[in-house]
Amino acid sequence: MSIHKLQVEAIQQGTVIDHIPAGNGLKIINRLQLLNSDVRLTVGLNLPSGEMGCKDLIKVDQWRFTQDEAAELALFAPNATINVINDYKVVDKFRMSQPEELNGLFDCPNHNCITHNEPVDTKFYVRNSGADMKLRCHYCERSFSSALFG
Amino acid sequence: MLSSSAPVFSGKHLVSVSDLTADSIQRVIDIAIQLKSSPRPTLLQNKVIASCFFEASTRTRLSFETAVQRLGGSLIGFADAGNTSMGKKGETLSDSIQMISRYADAIIMRHPQEGAARLASEISSVPVINGGDGANQHPTQTLLDLFTIYEARGSLEGVKVAFVGDLKYGRTVHSLAQALALFGAKYYFVAPDALAMPDYIQEELLEAGVQFECVDNLEDVIPLVDILYMTRVQKERFDPTEYMHIASKYVLTAAMLKNAPEHLKVLHPLPRVDEIDVSVDKTPHAFYFQQAENGVYARQALLALTLCPNLDKQLLTSREGGQA
Repeated sequence: MSIHKLQVEAIQQGTVIDHIPAGNGLKIINRLQLLNSDVRLTVGLNLPSGEMGCKDLIKVDQWRFTQDEAAELALFAPNATINVINDYKVVDKFRMSQPEELNGLFDCPNHNCITHNEPVDTKFYVRNSGADMKLRCHYCERSFSSALFG
Repeated sequence: MLSSSAPVFSGKHLVSVSDLTADSIQRVIDIAIQLKSSPRPTLLQNKVIASCFFEASTRTRLSFETAVQRLGGSLIGFADAGNTSMGKKGETLSDSIQMISRYADAIIMRHPQEGAARLASEISSVPVINGGDGANQHPTQTLLDLFTIYEARGSLEGVKVAFVGDLKYGRTVHSLAQALALFGAKYYFVAPDALAMPDYIQEELLEAGVQFECVDNLEDVIPLVDILYMTRVQKERFDPTEYMHIASKYVLTAAMLKNAPEHLKVLHPLPRVDEIDVSVDKTPHAFYFQQAENGVYARQALLALTLCPNLDKQLLTSREGGQA
């Protein structure tokens, strides 16, 4: 019996989001479920990691992320790794990178922003990185800490 | 002086101070100076301007509408949203702008919600000029302030400005501070803690390399500055006792100006309540009514630059002695 047993079940097709800072996995799960409430997820929280000490990991069944889809999630895990899986094998691998813009993903925290009353997608420009990351609304021009969007 | 004759405003929207550059500000000032001394009563002949005030306004609406009429343009529009399809029938702003932009050559708009002008600019087929969107932007107030400072000093470079009063909620001080950052200005912020300049504006100014200080005592900065920019402390933000205490610290009187530099000018976006004593009106430092008047010239200049593609070139040629 192998001692290198996988701590979360392997998937045949889909995406593995690895190296998520421990604690941020739940934010990504919330986001994924908003995007697709039927998505099948396998989750590992606080897994041991040589590099990070502790990490979260999410396997997304039957959904192969594009670079753009991964960029949306980078808000919560800017340095996570995306592994695209086909027939149990990694066919593409890339790091999440911080997006320059986020379109139509979140409501503006400013309740008097016009986006709450008009048929228009929100749009935010991403400024700074890490804990200092701020999102500036294209319409009302206010800047908000990214923590407000988690 | 104009740095080039290529149009910078023609056919474009003005939504935010962030849409302005040092060059474009200087163009508005140059044209405003020209129009103040030499009226051009036919410049907007045959142009129809929609004046859409979804929220009440006195100075901004009247000065815009005066500006259009002084240039020979025609006006359509409304002074509040109550009697429009938006107010009565629930039409969206997006649909209203779609429709109005098919009637008019430009839209001047004020709206109570932040971001309304940006959204309108993305829908409209004609230029949108923001006359104020909620607590966000009021770029033509900034242009008239800049024109007034230029008129008072002959330059915007290195101007020293004390901003006094409500620096937290006052969009005029935010926008002016952002715009003057393009000209190497230095600022003194004189405000109670509860109405201090917001952190995000201070961060932007630091990023832009602007020098500024927060100062407690108004009289301490009077000898140091070229411009004293007064604002109204809004009563409704404080309980009555607190308001009386705070407001009394930020009232300018003629006696306080005894150590002012001769060239110092006092500005105020108006309306004033108690923060500038009427005794100041008779001093040579009072400049707030000229500032209000300059709103007409600054807005004329912006409208003309937006709707007359060759205006930059014509005025430049005229200045150099050629045919306008």
